[in-house]
Amino acid sequence: MTTADWAESLRRSGRGEKMGSLPYAELLGVIADHDGSDLKLIMPYRDSLLGAPGRLHGGAIAGLLELAALSTLILAMPEDEPLPGLKPVTVTVDFMREGGQRDTFAAATITRLGRRVANLRSIAWQYDHSRPIAAANLNIVLDRG
Amino acid sequence: MTEPLPDAQPDALPDERQRRFIQRFLDHVPHVKALGISYRNHGPDWAELEMAYAANQVAYPDTGVIASGAIFALMDSVAGLSVVMRMRELQPHATLDLRLDYLHPATPGVAVIGRSECFKFTRRVAFVRGVAHQGDLDRPVASMVGTFMLTAMP
Repeated sequence: MTTADWAESLRRSGRGEKMGSLPYAELLGVIADHDGSDLKLIMPYRDSLLGAPGRLHGGAIAGLLELAALSTLILAMPEDEPLPGLKPVTVTVDFMREGGQRDTFAAATITRLGRRVANLRSIAWQYDHSRPIAAANLNIVLDRG
Repeated sequence: MTEPLPDAQPDALPDERQRRFIQRFLDHVPHVKALGISYRNHGPDWAELEMAYAANQVAYPDTGVIASGAIFALMDSVAGLSVVMRMRELQPHATLDLRLDYLHPATPGVAVIGRSECFKFTRRVAFVRGVAHQGDLDRPVASMVGTFMLTAMP
């Protein structure tokens, strides 16, 4: 599988589908919830995501935030152009609440999409979108070869 | 509730009892195990962990480059451990924020080493900085800076 295949499977994905066979997404158990316009990722609870007892590891939450940003960016790219290489350069994560032993959701918005750089904001929550457990700012370099 | 770390021998290499204590602590962190992260080294205010390359960390299948999220998890783990080293006891702490700058892609097939130093410590907040590298500290894969909240009530 290539990143282009991942993009293709993401574009065709629907509600509650696994994210192609992207190995890191499999490791986290992340599935896509895609209604054609908005994309949300779901990371169902599993024990291997835990850090401290009863709490999700910050790295797992950060990984989910990053996958949400990359997926959102891929879906924003024109389908009829070659997909640029996506290289996260700076990733800053703020942790607001502890992640409990339940499903976690994440969605990202593109602040700016340029030719060379995309700036995104990604939010993760559990109970309620308005009560985020973590948020990330990502600057992703678009490598157009 | 806090648990003091076993004392290190003065002027000795990392104490064997401390090393075993840390390894046992890491063995009980499921996500650390899932990513194949293990103990490497430590000192009074710093720590090093190592993440072996594994196919399930890959996010760029064309090249085999691993997810930056996996490196983030490594650095969050080692940063927290460096805070514990500096505190000299296992006090509850939580990441407040962590920033990683990815300087160049990690070479596929090679382990990533995370090193973090807790360089400032107040009653409520611990400050960390560190790097991820693959054997050459002068050619880091990522640089890290962050803060932790000490969540124990006084």
